[in-house]
Amino acid sequence: MIEYLGKISDHLGLPVNAASHGLIMDLVLGWVHWVMFILFAGWGLYFIIALIKFNSKSNPKADYNGVQSHYSKFAEYGVIIVEAFLLVGLSIPLWSQLRTTVPDADAAIQVRVIAQQFAWNIHYPGADGEFGDTDIKLVDEESNPIGLVRGGAGADDIVTLNQLHLPVNQQVLIHLTSKDVIHSFGIPEMRVKQDALPGMTIPVYFTPTMTSAEFINKIKDTNRYSPSGNYMGLGQETWEILSEEKKNEFRGFQIACAQLCGNSHYKMRGFLTVETEEEFNAWLEEEAEYLEEEDEDDDW
Amino acid sequence: MSDSHHEESYWRKYIFSTDHKTIGIQYGITALLFLFFGFSLMMVMRWQLAFPDQAVPVIGGLIQWLAELNGFASIGNLPSDLYNVFGAMHGTIMIFLGVVPLVVGAFGNYIVPLQIGAPDMAFPKLNMTSYWVYFIGGVIMLVSFFLPGGAANSGWTSYPPLSVIATTGQTFWLLGMVFLITSSLLGSINIIVTIIQLRAPGLTWMRLPFFVWAQFVTSFLLVLAFPPLEAAGFLQLMDRVFDTSFFLPSGLVVGGEALDVSGGGSPLLWQHLFWFLAHPEVYVLILPGMGVIAEIIANNTRKPIWGYKSLVYSVVFLGFMSFIVWAHHMFMTGMGQGMSIFFQTTTMIISVPSVIILSCFMLSLWGGSIRFNTPMLFALGWIPMFGIGGLTGLPLGLSTLDIHLHDTYYVIGHFHYVVAPGTIFAIFAGIYYWFPKMTGKMLDETLGKIHFFFSFIFMNGIFWPMLIQGMAGVSRRLADGGESYAHAQGTLHLNEFMSYSAWLLAIAQIPFIINLIRTLLRKKAAEPDPNPWRATTIEWTDTTSPPMGHGNFEKVPTVYRGPYEYSVPGDSTDFTPQTSKLIKDR
Ligand code: HEM
Ligand SMILES: [Cu+2]
Ligand SMILES: [Cu+2]
Repeated sequence: MIEYLGKISDHLGLPVNAASHGLIMDLVLGWVHWVMFILFAGWGLYFIIALIKFNSKSNPKADYNGVQSHYSKFAEYGVIIVEAFLLVGLSIPLWSQLRTTVPDADAAIQVRVIAQQFAWNIHYPGADGEFGDTDIKLVDEESNPIGLVRGGAGADDIVTLNQLHLPVNQQVLIHLTSKDVIHSFGIPEMRVKQDALPGMTIPVYFTPTMTSAEFINKIKDTNRYSPSGNYMGLGQETWEILSEEKKNEFRGFQIACAQLCGNSHYKMRGFLTVETEEEFNAWLEEEAEYLEEEDEDDDW
Repeated sequence: MSDSHHEESYWRKYIFSTDHKTIGIQYGITALLFLFFGFSLMMVMRWQLAFPDQAVPVIGGLIQWLAELNGFASIGNLPSDLYNVFGAMHGTIMIFLGVVPLVVGAFGNYIVPLQIGAPDMAFPKLNMTSYWVYFIGGVIMLVSFFLPGGAANSGWTSYPPLSVIATTGQTFWLLGMVFLITSSLLGSINIIVTIIQLRAPGLTWMRLPFFVWAQFVTSFLLVLAFPPLEAAGFLQLMDRVFDTSFFLPSGLVVGGEALDVSGGGSPLLWQHLFWFLAHPEVYVLILPGMGVIAEIIANNTRKPIWGYKSLVYSVVFLGFMSFIVWAHHMFMTGMGQGMSIFFQTTTMIISVPSVIILSCFMLSLWGGSIRFNTPMLFALGWIPMFGIGGLTGLPLGLSTLDIHLHDTYYVIGHFHYVVAPGTIFAIFAGIYYWFPKMTGKMLDETLGKIHFFFSFIFMNGIFWPMLIQGMAGVSRRLADGGESYAHAQGTLHLNEFMSYSAWLLAIAQIPFIINLIRTLLRKKAAEPDPNPWRATTIEWTDTTSPPMGHGNFEKVPTVYRGPYEYSVPGDSTDFTPQTSKLIKDR
């Protein structure tokens, strides 16, 4: 029954849900919209009847006393009870589960995300599982955007620009911060959003349950798969010469910035690839190899 | 109080007047012009959202000129930098230069003294000062459009660090805000004192028209909420001009360069100070509107407003609660459980008085004899629109759901339902309703109805699709309307529809403008009917139309009854003025 009621969320036009906690959020969103709909429809019906029944032609003389019954009180109490339930029964416990029950660092995949105008720097701890230190004096937009100290724990760290890779069905713990202004890290399909504030590191955690490949399969006949107009800001010509793999990157999960952060806020997008554990590990290795090659060239 | 008998010079009478009615009209005209300007900015933005990067038709040359003056490249299109300028200034102008001056400066100023039987505001000179300070604030905001880098571009919320590293426009924004805030403080003190001190004999608190109550609570909100923002504005000004770091943390790297500031400040501090004002501010935008609606509903149902006492208690409670909900704008800043419980709970609680107020208005219809004139149509249109605005606030107030909806177009849709078809409809209702009082001439009903029906349709055409886009997760403040983001692709087609609705909404205002001009040019009747709506409150029953110059009343009215004594059993007419002693004495 409850599930069934909640299914209104299928009709709200939400993005596909691809995270373990997304279903319950969608259901609650659905129930709240049921409440809104019932209130609106109820009051709307009353409103229309009142306007028809009491227009000055059909009712030339107004009644000084008006409504005597107290039915409306029940409606008001009803609203209070429903709101109390939504708050105490659903939103508060869910918030603690989604926002303040930070997973154990060892139990989750850990990533640092450092936002900047207008990109997402993704920082993996590398084979040793430890993040290296950072120092703003080392920041170089070309070669070292996060000012990573390439020694000790930082020697094997992997830093990418706008490329977040995650294994499916494993909890990820993101340490989110910003270098410059406030951004907001949002992945609509993962039902996560968190402001990235300079000077603060804020945990964001979720468990993706759908790989990017599965997702792209799912959206095959939507505009997202075959965009038009501006072709995701790339223009038709560019879009058409992209490889299918590259196109899939655009069609897949994107990290959107939700907080005004400057003139290119509108295209501050990062790409999230959710893959199987093997694919993920292979990707990490590949990145580690690049790092070694670069080390040999000594020009990172 | 100045005496009412000597002839005044043109300047004293029309420009530096201390008569609350003249000041009210000055506020009204200035604010309507700003409202139109703020809306025009949005019409250009809507072009960019519907047809990204194409040259704006008709005024493309102007846009290009402005963009190049500001230092942005443009081929007559609206570049993203200028989009952000327009967005920030649309919000700022609509709120601080349009709606607040209209509902408080114009309606509050003009109507409140008349409704309470006062000869003027308590401090006429202060009143004049408040208008001119507002005017200067407006000029500063307008001038800032021509600076290098353009006007402020960090949103009407001006979050640091972005606002601190922004171009000079932001400095002007802060200075302009200081003037606007000062003006509001002067104006609201005046309204508070006037209502407390200058009520006519017999006009006890529970006999005040609801409109006066709404103005009273609104003024308290302004007086108590604005000072923290004024202080915060100065702090941000210091950060920008004197390199302090009230809002800047250590270790900022902007564009590859470490920012040369001492650091140690907190960007969240600004958000708290800002929203401590800005949440009460949204009630400043809506409460006077509710007051207008109450007057018009009572008048046009020809019966007392239902639950007058509940309305009064609710509006006072609402005003109080509005001071402790501010951080629901900040759920996504990394808030812990304690804070989130507190602010979610207060937010749910504040919805209760709003529901009560709406219920009272709806229940007032029952048993009425409803006249569908233009003011009433706008008032009736207001009810479902404000209803949608209020209901869509429910998911946003639950922090868990805000995870998905925060900073999306759902938020934009939600608050525009409150302020655009909400407050703006209340403003139109008020203009149609009180225009005969201000000028002695009735506005044309046919043009008024055309104005209402098309405005109603196009308002929904603009704002309903925003809720759909927001549900899909489309962020706000995107200079290409979401083109770049994958998750926006499914709802992009709505952009054109919304934009056409916005432009058609502009066209729907033409009957209104024609109506105003035509009526103003028309010759006034020798003795205009002072009470064409057959209303009960003092401004209609004890003044001429328009009311006489300084002083308002021939003799001070005495009040014997509540504000909405319509269809009193035993009376020969269906309205019993507040100032009539006996029911059948007329
Ligand atoms: C009826 C005509 C109006 C239209 C078509 C309109 C449209 C819009 C749109 C599309 C946005 C979002 C822009 C973006 O996120 O990029 C916006 C933002 C905003 N609007 Fe309006 N609006 C209207 C009236 C109003 C009124 C009457 C008010 C206030 C009383 C208002 C206050 C705001 C504010 C505060 C923002 C946020 C600005 C920011 O992002 O900093 N608008 N409006
Ligand atoms: Cu950003
Ligand atoms: Cu951004």
